Amino acid sequence: MKKLSKMFIALTCVGALLAGCGSGNTAQTPAPAQQPAQEQSNSGSTTKTSGEPVTAVGSTALQPLVEQAAKDFMAKNAGAQIQVQGGGSGTGLSQVASGAATIGNSDIFAEEKKGIPANELVDHKVAVVGMAAAVSPQVKVDNLTKQQLIDIFTGKITNWKEVGGEDMKITLVNRPKSSGTRATFSKFALDGKEEAEGITEDSSGTVRKIIAETPGAIGYLALSYFNDSVKALKLDGVEANAENITTNKYPVWAYEHMYTKGEATGDAKAFLDFILTDEVQKKTVTELGFLPITDMKVERDAEGKVTQK
Amino acid sequence: MSHRTEGVNTERQSMIAQKMLTTNKRQKTENITGKTIAMICAGLLVIVVLSITYFIASKGLSTFFVDGVSFKEFLTHDKWDPEGEPSAYGVLPFILGSFFVTALAALIAAPLGIGAAIFMTEIFPGFGKKVLKPVIELLVGIPSVVYGYVGLTLLVPFIREQFDVLGFSLLAGGLVLALMILPTITSVAADAIEAVPQDLRNASLALGATRWQTIWNVVLHSALPGCLTAIVLGMSRAFGEALAVQMVIGNTTKLPGGLFEPISTLTSGITLNMGNTIQGTPYNNALWSMALLLLAMSFIFIVILRLLGRKRLAK
Repeated sequence: MKKLSKMFIALTCVGALLAGCGSGNTAQTPAPAQQPAQEQSNSGSTTKTSGEPVTAVGSTALQPLVEQAAKDFMAKNAGAQIQVQGGGSGTGLSQVASGAATIGNSDIFAEEKKGIPANELVDHKVAVVGMAAAVSPQVKVDNLTKQQLIDIFTGKITNWKEVGGEDMKITLVNRPKSSGTRATFSKFALDGKEEAEGITEDSSGTVRKIIAETPGAIGYLALSYFNDSVKALKLDGVEANAENITTNKYPVWAYEHMYTKGEATGDAKAFLDFILTDEVQKKTVTELGFLPITDMKVERDAEGKVTQK
Repeated sequence: MSHRTEGVNTERQSMIAQKMLTTNKRQKTENITGKTIAMICAGLLVIVVLSITYFIASKGLSTFFVDGVSFKEFLTHDKWDPEGEPSAYGVLPFILGSFFVTALAALIAAPLGIGAAIFMTEIFPGFGKKVLKPVIELLVGIPSVVYGYVGLTLLVPFIREQFDVLGFSLLAGGLVLALMILPTITSVAADAIEAVPQDLRNASLALGATRWQTIWNVVLHSALPGCLTAIVLGMSRAFGEALAVQMVIGNTTKLPGGLFEPISTLTSGITLNMGNTIQGTPYNNALWSMALLLLAMSFIFIVILRLLGRKRLAK
């Protein structure tokens, strides 16, 4: 018994130590391991890249896009080192602000997050993502007005029959209060009204699964996550598609930001420029379910003010 | 180690003593290196434990000392809205959620685990040790995300259809956790029951007690501290489990209202929000305070385990 409890303590410590390493300095840990490989490639050939490791940390929604772009970028530029990690928008913003990461990926404007020195950060908008209310296919409703959507998410409407559907209880599937997706959805689809408590999950995959399997469930997902198992609702009769988003006819969308502290330099700058090239925008961005930033016909600032481009 | 020769001895004795002394020298150096390594390891462990405690405490306590949230509000209020205006930091729903789901898991797993332990030690030792024990211990190796996913895919829909409720509930969390802590309870309880001296059983049987009377009144009675240890150990695991619970419990921030209501736990509250909050903000600090609470709870569990262990030693 004593042995077991000692082992238990030891394991807890090791676990905690590992966890500590993971969260404390995510951005810097991989750097030393990269060193030898770089020196080798740098001495061997002349490349235009500086070879300094670039770390891009943050938003898990943006992660697949950045990972793919980083792969392509490194294939083209021998010696370039781009490390991509998740952790959430908050982590991305705070890591780049503290200088621990070169690039901070975020679903929301730095200005929207309390505690971030937004004036020190330079915003690089790399893509646009649309979001839509998602319901299980059993729900026989295709369109909701904004007021109906607000009433549903604030808990005023609790049955689908009140909005023209079947007699079925509505189950809310939310994101955590700190989530960037929740912030965007509540700002542009719910006019900032506070959501009622519901089932809460952070990962988009889990949210989709829950919506698909729970009768009468409603939640919200980025357009890249929609498939046959869930149905996207029209908002005020407007479908959430690329065309409607680029003109802001469908207002529930967000930029995907890649922040740097001060102007980007070296490989980080080259990488950010690469993401904005047609090659990435027209191919990778679209394939992964995002909208090319270059297609946008409107511009929106941190306060949500929309201007024609 | 310290063999000392008296001084005036026969030649033979002094030769033996000489020989022992020379070997002792080598043993001594070995002893010293061994001791040093052990001391360094132990010291490192102590430093790690202390620094983790210090780190979590320094982050967790700033909710109260920097952000000015009252300790009482934190522990007893049920409104959790750190980003609201005004912000509210009541974590009572999380605390109660953690306690209820842990208690439910223990309620389900304790009888099952101790029953299995009795079966594999007293009733059918051959089969129990060769088949049942390894099979139950196999459950330990399954990652908790798998438990969560199985719970989400099978258990939640099952509860939904059987009871015509949402499915995400205290019950689902308790059942998943019960399965996860079952191996811990079973193997620790089995060890405790095995350690009961055979003489006690023989004496009881000799007095005319039936096998069941022996198991219930003698074996279980004298293995009780060990069985309690098993349950507490299982509960401490259940209290800290995050991923599996998060997937089936619903994470609705409200006070537990019944077996079929979705609730939140301390761990799920932390994991869902940690990545999206900024270090140093009151929101982030409040999450660290919740982590500090978890740490305090695991200290309490360890103290309970120690007390139980002492009780058994005293017997």
